[in-house]
This record gives sequence, structure tokens and C-alpha cells, in this order.
Amino acid sequence: MADLPDAATCYELLARMMLIRRFEEEAGRQYQRAKAGGFLHLAIGEEATIVGTTSVMRDEDYLIGTYRTHGHAIARGTDPRHVMAELFGRVDGTSGGRGGSMHIFDREHRFMGGYGIVGGNLPLAAGLALASDYKGEDAVTVCMFGDGASNTGNFGETMNLAALWQLPVFFLVENNLYGMGTSVERHSAQTDLSKKAEGYGVPGERVDGMDVVAVREGVAEGIRAAREERRPTILEAFTYRYRGHSAADPEVYREREEVEEWREKDPTETFARRCLDAGVLGEREVQEARDKAEQAVVEAVEFADASPEPPLDTLYENLYAVTDTSGWYAVDERSPHPHRGEREDRMPDAARELAEAGAAYAGQPEGPRPNPAGRGDAQKGVEPEVAGEVED
Amino acid sequence: MATLRMREALRDAMAEEMRRDETVFVIGEDVGVFQGAFKVTEGLLDEFGERRVRDTPISENTIVGTGVGAAMAGLRPVVELMTVNFSLLALDQIVNHAAAIPYMFNGQARLPMVIRMPGGGGHQLGPTHSHSFEALYLQVPGLLVACPSTPADGKALLKAAIRDDNPVIFIEHESLYGSRGEVPDEGEEVLRFGEAAVRREGGDVTIVGVLKMAQVAEAAARALSHEHGVEAEVIDPRTLRPLDLDTILESVRKTNRAVIVEEGWPHGGVGANLATLITEQAFDHLDAPVQRVTGADVHMPYSKRLEQAAIPHEEHVVKAALATLEGSI
Repeated sequence: MADLPDAATCYELLARMMLIRRFEEEAGRQYQRAKAGGFLHLAIGEEATIVGTTSVMRDEDYLIGTYRTHGHAIARGTDPRHVMAELFGRVDGTSGGRGGSMHIFDREHRFMGGYGIVGGNLPLAAGLALASDYKGEDAVTVCMFGDGASNTGNFGETMNLAALWQLPVFFLVENNLYGMGTSVERHSAQTDLSKKAEGYGVPGERVDGMDVVAVREGVAEGIRAAREERRPTILEAFTYRYRGHSAADPEVYREREEVEEWREKDPTETFARRCLDAGVLGEREVQEARDKAEQAVVEAVEFADASPEPPLDTLYENLYAVTDTSGWYAVDERSPHPHRGEREDRMPDAARELAEAGAAYAGQPEGPRPNPAGRGDAQKGVEPEVAGEVED
Repeated sequence: MATLRMREALRDAMAEEMRRDETVFVIGEDVGVFQGAFKVTEGLLDEFGERRVRDTPISENTIVGTGVGAAMAGLRPVVELMTVNFSLLALDQIVNHAAAIPYMFNGQARLPMVIRMPGGGGHQLGPTHSHSFEALYLQVPGLLVACPSTPADGKALLKAAIRDDNPVIFIEHESLYGSRGEVPDEGEEVLRFGEAAVRREGGDVTIVGVLKMAQVAEAAARALSHEHGVEAEVIDPRTLRPLDLDTILESVRKTNRAVIVEEGWPHGGVGANLATLITEQAFDHLDAPVQRVTGADVHMPYSKRLEQAAIPHEEHVVKAALATLEGSI
């Protein structure tokens, strides 16, 4: 077992993992209350893989991930209030309410995005790394993706390019054993994902993704190889999500016992226990980290709740970097007289009325989610066991 | 002023921008050692070296995605996809990533990149190598679409595209690469998107021709004048996004008739789109239904006879223009 780092680092690792855990639990609760919509993919159980990785990155390094990256952004330093506001679809969200849960982004902290297309972030990682190389910069790009993404064409294409061009990129497979509901054994002929890119020239290792210290060590070596030797490698971290693929997953593909088994290895609990046993942290510090996480998450919900809905006249904002051209960038066809979409703030009254009429269909954001299972009562704060809305 | 072929004009545009701006680089299949499948990148490797002229493996989605990532980090990639047809392999990166990223991350990432792709029929390349996808890319918000028909526009628009902060789909026509034209010297080009060119003035009917069809439209206009005494106004939109709708509408308000010519498929085409916009905004000025001339609604056949039968020609445009004038001449 890898040695524990110093006390301050241990505290930081524990605090970050606890914050992500509490954030995700609360996100799930807010989803049940219909404060957050769409799909919600929670990373509960995967905290050690996330925090272990980001804890050995430099500020200038890039991180790019998947659609399950609330925690990744937070681990990178994004204010949880802005992540929660994004889940709520509000103006103070990381993407001003345009991206949602699957598309968190924070340039300031070089978190280069969550992406909704499985495997879609891999080529982007190669591009970020190419840019660093091109500019003669030291930054490394850390690309995280799931076991399912290893089956996409982008995986092979990107591994080949990364090795061919000796790009400063490091790949981390968050192997949580399922590509949505299909187990690794049922989706990948090569189940040792650390070997899957070997033929492309990207060698790999495996690590216990529930052990934050082990992840740190494995990632540190991978980042070092990328930074110093321009040698891309892959690390397969075994981890587990306690919750379903998304908030609307009935979990028919796995046994309750399996979930319980993994819960025994809980990354926050085992790490806290280890730090206590080793005398590196005391009970008071562990409690303090827990309290701070609780407080940050309560604040995040309050902040998100108070943040305004995006104004209708920002509908076309940031679609284009608009110049002084006289040409039409976007056409708004929702009114009898089409007008230029990118100038939505100057939309004619008739169009404004129609836009408002459309927005009215958003309905009441305050109500609880329908709960056909009949269990729980969101209004009274009792969580139902299954989400009322089923995704496609 | 110099007389250049389209491919030379495009090459000069890239070279001049690469000299001007260190962040501009070229990436694509066979753009370096091979000098480009259509020789558009000829000489660039010699001048700029492998760091800035990057041959890639055949991995279209990853080539475009690498460009997107590099653009996010502040570079200005000029991605060459060997043909429009292969761009379908990169559609995920083009639509779900390049087009969406600036918007979905609320402006935190700009993507100053160009994706060049040649297309079009006429070379007996058959069903998988002759596509015209102007309409496909026009449909996607977040993308700009340029389709130059002359060497001067090719150079000016490509320079403008490289300097633009939006992802630009830059569609070239394979059979225009060898065409010659006067091209202004460096610094004298008009580098603007969203400005249509009125290729020929006339008061009887407006003909809008896209990409190579701008030239077919001009030829048709000459025939209309010589053989039918009809004076057509020919408009080349040059960019479909941003679209210089104002110039087109102004012309239609004058001529009261419109014909739109494109090489692509009819359903959901550029013509369908323009016809709707014209009808919505200038209905009271129209004296006849807007006519479309498009490619045939089939996959491009290999046989020379069948292929030519599937592509719009001068004759089709003349007939369409005359149809808008039925009863009035």
C-alpha cells in the first residue's frame, strides 16, 4: 500500500472527496425535487479516482472529462455554487445554464469540459496537448473517460495520434465496470483496459480507483511521463458508482450485493479511517472536513436557487463571435416576420411575445417530480426510491 | 493583381496567414509530403516545416477534434478534410463539438478554426466522392459556411475564415481548382464574410448561384440575354452563413422573380431555404413562384452520361428563369 502523504495533503484529499460526495448526494436530491432537469449522472463512489487525479495536476494542466464531471470541476477548483447553478439551469451556472449537468466547463481552472458524447472528448484532449506542444508549454492534458468510451473509434484514433506525435497527454480510464448498463465483460473483448491501447503505442497500468493515494501515485507517474518524456500512457482505475448510470436507472443489470460489496471499499470512509489509524488526522479534523462539505453544499443550493433564470434575450448569445458584418448569422423563424437571431435583444415585439409564450411552457420550476412509484414525498423531503421520469 | 488558379489562391491565403500569425497551422491527410490530394497545400511544408504543416493518419473525427482542442487552447487550425464526403466521418466533432462548444460553454471557449473540404460532382467519382453538403452545414447553428466560386473570393474568404473567431466550414469545388482569375495582391483583398457579389446586373429575374453554380448561373444569364432578351441579375452569396439576405431581397424586389441554383440535393437544400426566406420577406414583390434548380435526387452515378444528367447545367437554369417569366414576355 502506498504511503500516506503529509497531513495537510491528506486533509485536502479527504475534504475534496467529502465535498464531491455531499455535492452529488444533494444534486440527486435536488433532481428529485425537479430543481435540476434532464439527465443527472452522479459520481458517488468515484471520488478517489477524481480527487487522486486532480491532486497531482498543476494549475496550468488541462483536464477534460465526460458527462459525469460535476466532481471533476469541483476537484479542479470550480466553486460548487456555480456547478449547482448550472444543474439548476441558472445564469450563474458554469455555462450560464446552456450546458447543464453533462456540460460543465471552467476555463479559469483549466477544466476544459464535460462532454455528452461518449468518447467525444478524446480527440479534443489530443488537440489541447498539441497546442501545449506547439507553444512550447509545459502543460499536460489529462483526459478522463469511462470504460465504455474505450470501444469508440475515437479511442483508437486518438491513442494512435497521441503516441505518433508524442503528445503531452495522459489518459485515465474510470472503469466503473459498466458502459451504462452493459458490463465490461459484455462490452469489451479485451477486459484489461490498460492493455487496450498497447498496440497503438500507449502502454498502461491498473490501479485501485477506490484508493486515493494509489490513484495519486499512478497519475503522478503518468503525468510525469507525459510532461518530461512526451510519452502518453493510460491508467485504468477500478472504481464504482453506487447510484445508477443516471438518476433514472432502475439498475436491473447488477445485484444489490455487488453495490454493497463496493460500498465496503468506500473511498472517503476507508481513507478517513486510514488517516485516523495512522494518526495523520484526528477525529476533529475529519468532522471539520465533513461539516465544511455540508456547509458548502447548503450554500451551493441556496446560491443556485437565488440565481435568476437566463433572460430570453440571451437565447442567441455566444452562438457566434459576431462581427460588424451585414450578413445574417442566425435566423429566428418563430415570428410571422423572421428576424436575425443573433440580434435577439432587438427582436420585434411580435417575436418577443412568441418567445415568451414558448418559455411559458417551461412551467413551474418549483414543483416536485412526479412519483408514480408512490414512494417518498419530495415536498416533505422524503426521497422516492426511483425517479419518476424515465430516460429514453 | 495576379492571375491565379483557385488552388494557388487558396494556398497563398494559407501561406500569407501563416506568415502573419504563428498560431495558424495546417493539419490533415496528405497535406504535407504529398502536398495535398488536390495540391492546394503545395509548398507549405517546405516553407513552414512539419510543426505547422501536419500530415495525419486517416482519422477524420480525430483530425477535426484535434483541431477543436487546439483552437480551444488558442491556436488557429486550418483543417483539411480530403473531401466533403469524408467529413461525414467527422460529423460528430463538427456538429456536437465544434459548432456547440462556444454556445454550450457560454462563450468560455472560442473556436477560431477552419475546416476546408472540397466536393461536388463532374469527375465520375461516383456515389461516395461527389457530394455537395452546403445545405447540411448551413443547417447547423454555430458554424459559418463559405463557398467561393472565384480565385479572388477563394483567397479573400479563406483569409477571412482563418482570422474569424468562429468555426468555419469552407467548401471548395473540385472542378474549380484549376479555374483562373484575377486575384488582388496581399493586403488588397476584401476580407469580409456575409457580403454577396452581384456578378451581373439585370432587371428581369434574380438568379442566385451557389459555389460552382454561380458560374453556371452567369453562363445562363448570358444565354438568356443573347437568346431571349432577358436580363438576369446574378448573385453569388459567397457565404451562406452569415448570409447576405439583404442583397438577395433587394434584387428580388427589383426583378420580382427568383431562381436558386445549387448542386446539392433538393429536399432541405440551400434553394429550399432561400426560397422560403424570399417568400416570407418579399412575397408581395414576387410575380412568380421561386424556382429551384438542384442536383438530381439520387446518389451521384458513375456513368458520365448519367452523372451529367444529374448535375444542373446552364440549360436548366435558362428554363427555370423563363418559367418565372411565363406570360410576361
